[in-house]
Amino acid sequence: MWRYALRRLLQAVPVFAGTTLLIYAMVFALPGDPIQALAGDKPVPESVLRTLRERYNLDDPLLVQYGKYMWGLLRGDLGENYTGQKVAEMLGGRWTVTARLAVTAWMFELTIGVLLGVWAGLRRGRMADTLVLGGTTLLIAVPVFVLGYTAQILFGLRWEVFPTAGTDGGWPASYVLPGMVLGSLGLSYVARLTRTSLAENLRADYVRTANAKGLSRMRVVGRHALRNSLIPVVTYLGVDFGSLMGGAIVTEGIFNLPGIGQQVFQSIQLKEGPVVVGAVTVLVLIFLLVNLLVDLLYGLLDPRIRYG
Amino acid sequence: MTGLRGSRRGVRRSAGAGRGTAGLAALLLAASLGASGCGGGGEPGDGTFTAGHPEPDHLVPANTTSSYSFDVLSGLFDNLVGLTREGKGVNLAAASVTSDDQKVWTIKIRPGQRFHNGEPVTAGSFADGWNNAAYGPNAYGANAYFSHIEGYAAMNPRDGRAKPRADRLSGVQVVDEGTLRVTLTDPFNQFPLLLSYPAFAPMPKAGLGDLESFEEHPIGNGPYMMSGDWERNRQIKLVAYPGYTGPRKPKNKGVTWKSYSSAETAYTDLRAGRLDVLQTIPSAKVPEARRLLGDRFLPREMGTVDYLGFPLFDRRFASPDLRKAISMSIDRQGINKAVYNGDYIPADSLLPAIITGHRPNACGDLCTYDPVRAKELYAKSGGFKGTLELYFSNAQPTYYQWMQIVANSLRQNLGIEDIEFRQVPASDYFAMLNKRTEKGPYRQNWEADYPSAQNYLENMWSSGSNRMGWKSAEFDGLIARANRSDDQQEALRLYNQAEDVALREMPMIPLWTWAGQGGRSERVGNVTITAYATGLLANEVTVG
Repeated sequence: MWRYALRRLLQAVPVFAGTTLLIYAMVFALPGDPIQALAGDKPVPESVLRTLRERYNLDDPLLVQYGKYMWGLLRGDLGENYTGQKVAEMLGGRWTVTARLAVTAWMFELTIGVLLGVWAGLRRGRMADTLVLGGTTLLIAVPVFVLGYTAQILFGLRWEVFPTAGTDGGWPASYVLPGMVLGSLGLSYVARLTRTSLAENLRADYVRTANAKGLSRMRVVGRHALRNSLIPVVTYLGVDFGSLMGGAIVTEGIFNLPGIGQQVFQSIQLKEGPVVVGAVTVLVLIFLLVNLLVDLLYGLLDPRIRYG
Repeated sequence: MTGLRGSRRGVRRSAGAGRGTAGLAALLLAASLGASGCGGGGEPGDGTFTAGHPEPDHLVPANTTSSYSFDVLSGLFDNLVGLTREGKGVNLAAASVTSDDQKVWTIKIRPGQRFHNGEPVTAGSFADGWNNAAYGPNAYGANAYFSHIEGYAAMNPRDGRAKPRADRLSGVQVVDEGTLRVTLTDPFNQFPLLLSYPAFAPMPKAGLGDLESFEEHPIGNGPYMMSGDWERNRQIKLVAYPGYTGPRKPKNKGVTWKSYSSAETAYTDLRAGRLDVLQTIPSAKVPEARRLLGDRFLPREMGTVDYLGFPLFDRRFASPDLRKAISMSIDRQGINKAVYNGDYIPADSLLPAIITGHRPNACGDLCTYDPVRAKELYAKSGGFKGTLELYFSNAQPTYYQWMQIVANSLRQNLGIEDIEFRQVPASDYFAMLNKRTEKGPYRQNWEADYPSAQNYLENMWSSGSNRMGWKSAEFDGLIARANRSDDQQEALRLYNQAEDVALREMPMIPLWTWAGQGGRSERVGNVTITAYATGLLANEVTVG
């Protein structure tokens, strides 16, 4: 297993180099002059323009810019944005916000999603099942911002259960509402995956065997059927954690959480290459790591799975 | 059968699981209720209030031209000159600002002022700050605002690669601790108003010595000082500075500027009572806010004007009659009603109403909707051939809305059929205009840096700086004479004459002046939001 993990980690190196270059190239290809964008309609003297273009290597060709960026990265320097703020500092405080939000959403997905899935899976074709299927379809269909603003108005304004926005309430108060909104899409998929997978496994031979042995219902469902059924769910949850980290743009905007999603959005508009690449690089790393963990988890869920 | 029975048994099990979930939800709820109790705006009863705005970019005064930074800076710093709520210059850190020839200015500093760290405010504090700001290689955002001062050119060579010959403004001399002598390149009687621009703030020695920590914790000479450091993307806390001796003594204990990435969210927080002052309510929410907030809804005039410029370097736009015809075929009031709830003010002059020198109806018939007369002028001009391209940026969705109405007017009233839209990314827009690659009328706006007719006219129409490619010796001459005049009334008369020249030739037509809408909570009173760079008069706000 350790050899397998090591090999996966080594594979991450070219993936990492490739993605950063790709992202750098994409930001580079965006239209617009970042320095002019910074100044808006106010006049900028030639001396200032020249200084800024040199400071941020803006006149270099793509590969030279990327090379300089990577050289800095290897020395632990993430560079600066075009107003002179250190990217590491800019992202540092924001990661904790996004991570908290993602973990909240993820926990919500995991607990409520699996519970709903089990509930529906055990009652296939009956009222509960129809309710879960209908409810999750609705959640998938409603755009995140509609859900966000509605939740904000109901829970924040009308009933005053949660703060409407910001991080002043700390964790969990400020994160419950945005976490639920962000996790609602994933929750639907988790519930549906669990339901289908469980319903199928309940009809499998080994469940019939377990039932025939006279094991309690709890044991049959919990230890035998559910454990097997969770493999596709865990796969999904792993992939989804990565997308939760990156996909929080809308939610962070609505709830005014100063996280990574917000920063990436602003930085793309301002064409701030180093910030975008810095943020996305860490996202790629997390994504790779979480997926490795998921693959390792398979073994715990199903001992027949071996790592070669 | 077993399956059925099995699932019935399952009901009980999952009912148990359901209780578990309910328990978890209740736990989360309880935890959040406890925490959200203290999560809202400023703590009640401490005499401070909160105000919302987008995150500032810099807090070193001369390194920014962003109004969100000005919100904070105008509390932290007293410039030599400030503005009254009517936009008149008033001495803050200065005891007097005088000149005999409008070229050499003598500034006396009001004695006894101290920075928040105890350092005395002297003539040198201003000279040092300005030198730092005007030095090209420092690449400060407001660098260009120092170009009126002698010695600026030597610090900012035209060829950007050359090393500047000087690192100090030769035109700024410290005569003694309390006296500053400033020599300008040309006589400029609006100079005292220019001094109100945030970039002209004084800098303490401690700040210039360590600009990096100054950015996080600016040390000013204004009515408020920092409480803690700049909490990026969260808030900036200002508290009243006990050692303040100037005329803007705060009527409250402090103001916390909270950062919002979404205007909608800031507005929701205002409605929820978690925010005390919001200067800008998103336009889609304005009708609702007007209804919900009652007397806490705060509409105001603004100094931002939208214009439609013509690329005169393209010969198809050479005829003034064509430009006038286009101006007269645009229904400004109709567009205002359709796009801006009727809140904007249709332009009747090149200057907005908040600027001294604005003459009602200076534009006259030329800015009045008159399709018949427009058609006559259009015919007289020889008409327009080819595709008419309309340029605007994607910075705001309303630009596209009113451009469509303009296009319809031109089709119906002038018979220009072939019209296309060119919506350009905001980051590219001004670069495009600077390079003059546009092939048709373009949207342009201007907001006053300091409330003077000169600031609009010289920046937007003079031959040296206009984007249209318009050249008028008459206009330039009148502006230069006005700038030189030692009589403010005479200067105003000359600025207005220059305005008439620009109106006669119409290289750029005025459309409308923006309006702003803010709101306040029940906790605060006496909230004034001005139309100038100072924005909210934070020190006037009363709490409780």
